[in-house]
Amino acid sequence: MTKLKSNIPHGDLAEKWSHYKSHQKLVNPANKRKIDIIVVGTGLGGASAAASLGELGFNVKAFCYQDSPRRAHSIAAQGGINAAKNYPNDGDSVYRLFYDTIKGGDYRSREANVHRLAEVSGAIIDQCVAQGVPFARDYGGLLDNRSFGGALVSRTFYARGQTGQQLLLGAYSALNRQIKLGRVKMHPRTEMLDVVVSDGRARGIVTRNLVTGEIETHFAHAVVLATGGYGNVFFLSTNAMGSNCSAAWKAYRKGAYFANPAFVQIHPTCIPVHGEAQSKLTLMSESLRNDGRIWVPAKKEDSQAIREGKKRPEDVKEEDRDFYLERRYPAFGNLVPRDVASRAAKERCDAGLGVGTGEAVYLDFKYAIDRLGKNVIEERYGNLFQMYEKIVDENPYNTPMMIYPAIHYTMGGVWVDYELQTTIPGLFAIGEANFSDHGANRLGASALMQGLADGYFVLPYTIQNYLADQFSVKPIPATASDFVKAKKDVEALVEKLMNIKGNESVDSIHKKLGKIMWDNVGMGRTAESLQKAIDEITKLRAHFWKNVRIPGSKEGMNVELEKAIRVADFLELGELMARDALNRNESCGGHFREEYQTPEGEALRDDDKFAYVGAWEFTGDEQVPNLHKEDLNFEFIEVKARNYKE
Amino acid sequence: MDLTLKVWRQKDAKTKGGFQQYSVKNISPDSSFLEMMDVLNEQLNNNNGEPVAFDHDCREGICGMCSLFINGRAHGPDDDITTCQLHMRKFKNGDTIVIEPWRAKGFPVIKDLMVDRSAFEKILQEGGYVSVNTGGVPDGNAIPIGKDDADEAMDAAACIGCGACVATCKNSSAMLFVSAKVSQLALLPQGKIEATRRAKAMVAKMDELGFGNCSNTGACEVECPKGVSIAHIARLNREFLVANLKS
Ligand SMILES: Cc1cc2nc3c(=O)[nH]c(=O)nc-3n(C[C@H](O)[C@H](O)[C@H](O)COP(=O)(O)OP(=O)(O)OC[C@H]3O[C@@H](n4cnc5c(N)ncnc54)[C@H](O)[C@@H]3O)c2cc1C
Ligand code: SF4
Ligand code: FES
Repeated sequence: MTKLKSNIPHGDLAEKWSHYKSHQKLVNPANKRKIDIIVVGTGLGGASAAASLGELGFNVKAFCYQDSPRRAHSIAAQGGINAAKNYPNDGDSVYRLFYDTIKGGDYRSREANVHRLAEVSGAIIDQCVAQGVPFARDYGGLLDNRSFGGALVSRTFYARGQTGQQLLLGAYSALNRQIKLGRVKMHPRTEMLDVVVSDGRARGIVTRNLVTGEIETHFAHAVVLATGGYGNVFFLSTNAMGSNCSAAWKAYRKGAYFANPAFVQIHPTCIPVHGEAQSKLTLMSESLRNDGRIWVPAKKEDSQAIREGKKRPEDVKEEDRDFYLERRYPAFGNLVPRDVASRAAKERCDAGLGVGTGEAVYLDFKYAIDRLGKNVIEERYGNLFQMYEKIVDENPYNTPMMIYPAIHYTMGGVWVDYELQTTIPGLFAIGEANFSDHGANRLGASALMQGLADGYFVLPYTIQNYLADQFSVKPIPATASDFVKAKKDVEALVEKLMNIKGNESVDSIHKKLGKIMWDNVGMGRTAESLQKAIDEITKLRAHFWKNVRIPGSKEGMNVELEKAIRVADFLELGELMARDALNRNESCGGHFREEYQTPEGEALRDDDKFAYVGAWEFTGDEQVPNLHKEDLNFEFIEVKARNYKE
Repeated sequence: MDLTLKVWRQKDAKTKGGFQQYSVKNISPDSSFLEMMDVLNEQLNNNNGEPVAFDHDCREGICGMCSLFINGRAHGPDDDITTCQLHMRKFKNGDTIVIEPWRAKGFPVIKDLMVDRSAFEKILQEGGYVSVNTGGVPDGNAIPIGKDDADEAMDAAACIGCGACVATCKNSSAMLFVSAKVSQLALLPQGKIEATRRAKAMVAKMDELGFGNCSNTGACEVECPKGVSIAHIARLNREFLVANLKS
């Protein structure tokens, strides 16, 4: 196994980033015009990167599969964005945000990256305010903050329950300005289906126009993937329906390593599944845990009566309610990190105390309403309550909400070094698509922070270190052999899928994959369940390639074909996730191996054996991939067991 | 419940479309409207038919991608929601549901129920932003903004760009959409500086792209899933007036 080079600059932790910036290579303004950059994905990461690179003078080509960048999955983020501004004067600092993030990630992320993230966090807020993002303010006109899980300070900035929307619209407005100025050419409704690698460097991409079905190639001096996470491998998740792993997966197949695929975040506060036709899951923002108290009945009889509709939760006596998070974790209570809260809910439901279908717990606002009044709660969470009522048909002001954990975010992703460059030179990955900052568990309100940090303040610097000697490279025409071959390969893939003419829909197979993943590679994993997943996925993949049915033609809009291409990739990724989870004989963050837990049921890490990033190298179809390790050296932080009890 | 669906089918922008009738059975009232459409598509797929194309992505009312005209109403028979948030409990067993795409000159049909809303992109590209580059901006708290203004700006900024206002308006005017952005930015000190220029440029583009005039019927406000108020149109008109006086 080779050791991976993370290219972390030398020096003291707090000096690394400024030192890097003062010594890196830059591209002279006249040469920027000669350089093309492709940005795939225009969510928070991609839109902020494309706009910033356009402003710097590069020629940017940006791509997304929706009809507008404004519709990227980032739009759905509700709760907020962290920044170490310390406006409330409650003791926050860059170091504390750094520390909380490393600890929250269960000591499986890189110190230098996380520190840089905390350093630039403040500038993100300033940037967004300058763009006109209407953050919540207090009566004095200053910015307001709230608390999120895994932190003892209030450092989360928010715009009602629509923070992601407002941040994305801010980045999108900056992007629109560059489109108008001609610095960015936007290609909506266009899906990337491969990377073109030429002489060992990323030089372009192959795309399919989703309206015409046309397959095209595009050249660039560097390619940036900002294509989001892969949570939809589980079919049911809080991700948008179109969220997919294809761009990242194609990069993996072309030589980019895929890191920590097993690290998936299961969010504790989602609306429970209603039935077979369920197509996606809806998140109820974590911010609700600021004021809602989580409980299940303490007695099985009560839970059973509630499940059978014979009892209302309001009628469960105070002393018969088990506020299990407050009981188990007195210091953090309802604000423990997501992985801890999710597992605790599963534990209670497995013990027969769940409500609803048996897979649900209560999130109760009665106490907060008694303490603060209904109007305060309405002001804080009105739109979330309305959303809940529309879906469940119950009014959370009067009766507790029902929640259950669901797949939400993927910490794993394309492996990148300190410069956000993958193992293919010239190919970069930012936002949720990379693996870099959240270790084995991401803290709430930190994905938005990372996406914008990467896009506004990190990539626009680090990519120049790569591009500095690239301006003399002439654009490679679409007729060059590497481009012709890449295009032919994609055409062949489409042809192959269309010719299967089987009898099962894409969704039907995707649901089967989701079930294998949730049952075996979900909240609790064992060596046995993971091996089972690998076997079953291998079979399902073979089944897909024989039996999938894609109606219509490859020309023009064909939604089933789009889905089939994505599910074909999920069927490979799912197996890699199980392999990674099977390799990691420890529990950490979102990765819980039932064999490795303390007597109290807490995750048991093994720092001697597993303090590394597991980066997988593709070795061929139906071949076992190679594992490469990047050792994590903690120089500035003392590695401890995570403790949210005291 | 069992339902009859009359769905608009159209192969592409050039081909003429028409209604097709389908029936779906055993739909749970707890399903969302789009989950019911998934059931229809699965059924079509299993019977060698071609699934109905419709736009959707987040399925939680925020991306603005879903866009159906259901029984004559944009986003269907419920208030303050998008199509993806509509639930089947709003219908009864035996109902016939008519499902059409947005119909407006500015939004040509791509296929079946999918329309092309790129005109909205072009309008925003004319000035729906504050002209700042990344970096070199003042501290977030350097410009205090009164809570009322911040809240009102947020009300306007809640627009999801779905196009229901255009689809509902008898003139196919995009005024509510345009005014939401103009108003949001005009209310904030950061955006005020360019307010008149922005209003003028965006309205000119809207006219150029074939959207109709606003005749103040207020229909748009009623169907807007995000409750964007026509008060923003009044603010846009003020900015526009100033712009005309200046020029
Ligand atoms: C419901 C919900 C609530 C959340 N709330 C919060 C929160 O409060 N705070 C927080 O910090 N985080 C939150 N998150 C997480 C956060 O929203 C995401 O991690 C983050 O927005 C991801 O941004 P991104 O730019 O990396 O990717 P995305 O926003 O997912 O964008 C991906 C982009 O890539 C494009 N794309 C994808 N595949 C292709 C392809 N093959 N070809 C071309 N284009 C492609 C898409 O069109 C899109 O433009 C939430 C997530 C969810 C699901
Ligand atoms: S103003 Fe309302 S109806 Fe019009 S695009 Fe915006 S959200 Fe949709
Ligand atoms: S699908 Fe996103 S708003 Fe309806």
